[in-house]
Amino acid sequence: MSPAVDPLCSPIPRRPFDVGRVREDFPALHQRVQGKPLIYLDNAATTQKPRPVLEAIRRFYEQDCSNVHRGVHTLSQRATEAYERARETVRRFLNARSEEEIIFVRGTTEAINLVAHSFGRRYVRAGDEILISAMEHHSNIVPWQILCEETGARLRVAPINDDGELLLDEFERLLTARTRLVAITHLSNALGTIPPVREIIRLAHARGVPVLLDGAQAVAHVKVDVQELDCDFYAFSGHKLYGPTGIGVLYGKAEWLEAMPPYQGGGDMISSVTFEKTTYNRLPYKFEAGTPHIAGAIGLGAAIEYVATLGLDAIAAHERDLLIYATEAVSGIPGLRLIGTAREKASILSFTLEGIHPHDIGTILDHEGIAIRAGHHCAQPVMERFGVPATARVSFALYNTREEVDALVMALQKVREVFGL
Amino acid sequence: MNDLRDLYQEVLLDHSKRPRNFGVLADADHQAVGHNPLCGDKVVVYLRMDGDRIADIRFQGQGCAVSQASASMMTESVKGKTRAEAEALFKRFHELLTGTAGPETVSELGKLAIFAGVRKYPVRVKCATLAWHTLHAALARKAETVSTE
Ligand SMILES: Cc1ncc(COP(=O)(O)O)c(C=O)c1O
Repeated sequence: MSPAVDPLCSPIPRRPFDVGRVREDFPALHQRVQGKPLIYLDNAATTQKPRPVLEAIRRFYEQDCSNVHRGVHTLSQRATEAYERARETVRRFLNARSEEEIIFVRGTTEAINLVAHSFGRRYVRAGDEILISAMEHHSNIVPWQILCEETGARLRVAPINDDGELLLDEFERLLTARTRLVAITHLSNALGTIPPVREIIRLAHARGVPVLLDGAQAVAHVKVDVQELDCDFYAFSGHKLYGPTGIGVLYGKAEWLEAMPPYQGGGDMISSVTFEKTTYNRLPYKFEAGTPHIAGAIGLGAAIEYVATLGLDAIAAHERDLLIYATEAVSGIPGLRLIGTAREKASILSFTLEGIHPHDIGTILDHEGIAIRAGHHCAQPVMERFGVPATARVSFALYNTREEVDALVMALQKVREVFGL
Repeated sequence: MNDLRDLYQEVLLDHSKRPRNFGVLADADHQAVGHNPLCGDKVVVYLRMDGDRIADIRFQGQGCAVSQASASMMTESVKGKTRAEAEALFKRFHELLTGTAGPETVSELGKLAIFAGVRKYPVRVKCATLAWHTLHAALARKAETVSTE
């Protein structure tokens, strides 16, 4: 088991959380949109990037730009070291046992597709079942549908209640001798729900079923320790964690990754190739075919270090305060219906306004310099479950403030005025 | 607020709240479904043709104020028109939204000219044209769902 120390705190000095100071680190926040100061509340789609991330990427391209794992020259050695250092940073962030278990991919979507393809090819047969939940993002639905179509397996969906909470008894009932894998979100992007993942993993493991967690939303808001969780796979994207787009991570327990066939073939993922036989490289390289997104990985490493200097617990406390404050503030707005009222939730406020379509809310808020998301959030089954075509979604990050929430509430009143309500 | 009022004019809000010709057309002989995958908006256009003329038209669906008002006002402007006249109107409407319409086009559009305010919101152009694309599909007797993507 893991030691009791916070893996993020030990090597990196902490800095006290001061939202005013923190905002200074994010150049993109300091601009005007439609003549108003930008209020960025679309962080579940992607977050803004702090200076250390921008600088790390720039430093790589200006000084160390080279390919990894293949050159004897100095630049290639520097690039390889920086790339592998980023992997070690991710390992520490997730508290994985070994760097072998950290695979760099394009993002959550690719991570899930990798497992669907590779685990699926090895372990899933006709008549088997994959169990997901009713609050998944399309990227944790469609790869499994494709796998089911190809293999004749069946996709089962554990339902949720009117608050957007997983019905654990139903989940347990759907966990059968045919279940090959459970794939579930660690934080719903449409509802903000944090499902009881420890309980889910315990129930699944009791039947010998491995569990994949979609951590796309969770990593920026919830402390993740894959050994403590004991999940088998964990997927996340760099860009929702203050890092660059185009880079993400699949964590997998080494036992699974060793047993799974490669995902893509190419350079870097082999140790020897003849036309008769190819021997695959060791982990994690077996799953990293081709030149990786080196600058992206380095940028992600810098983002994780940035988050660690503030401390995920301090960030989570700040965001919890914002969510509670905002939930209370908007509840006074006539006709406002919250979609997603789970007891365990974080960072996301999804809602509808009676008589006003979320698209119109989005356009009018943009006019006030406020960026939110309006739509189905790539979670159409969730919209259907709640009987709405779309919602307006406010999502918080570490740099948001109570003043921004106040401005949001004023702007929502304005939306109602425009509509003569 | 001024730009916003250009977009959300009284006429538009009125049509979005009380859409005209809303509902199923029982004796329709043409119909099509339109879909905007970006926002999940959906519209169904029903037509009863009298030879080449649109004898009756109704629509159903759900969506933002822009898409609902556009569908409602479209039904009013094409009822009684021939196929060719309706298509020509769609072409002018499209020119209005993409900013390529001349002044005479704008005057031909009549009430529909209020949608000029959408021009400043490029992502909303699809909302305004969804019903028209669906009408086009219904006229062409295309059975499939049209999509604005
Ligand atoms: C819960 C969840 N899963 C998966 C994804 C997909 O992430 P990406 O587009 O970065 O691959 C997202 C992104 O919106 C998400 O919110």
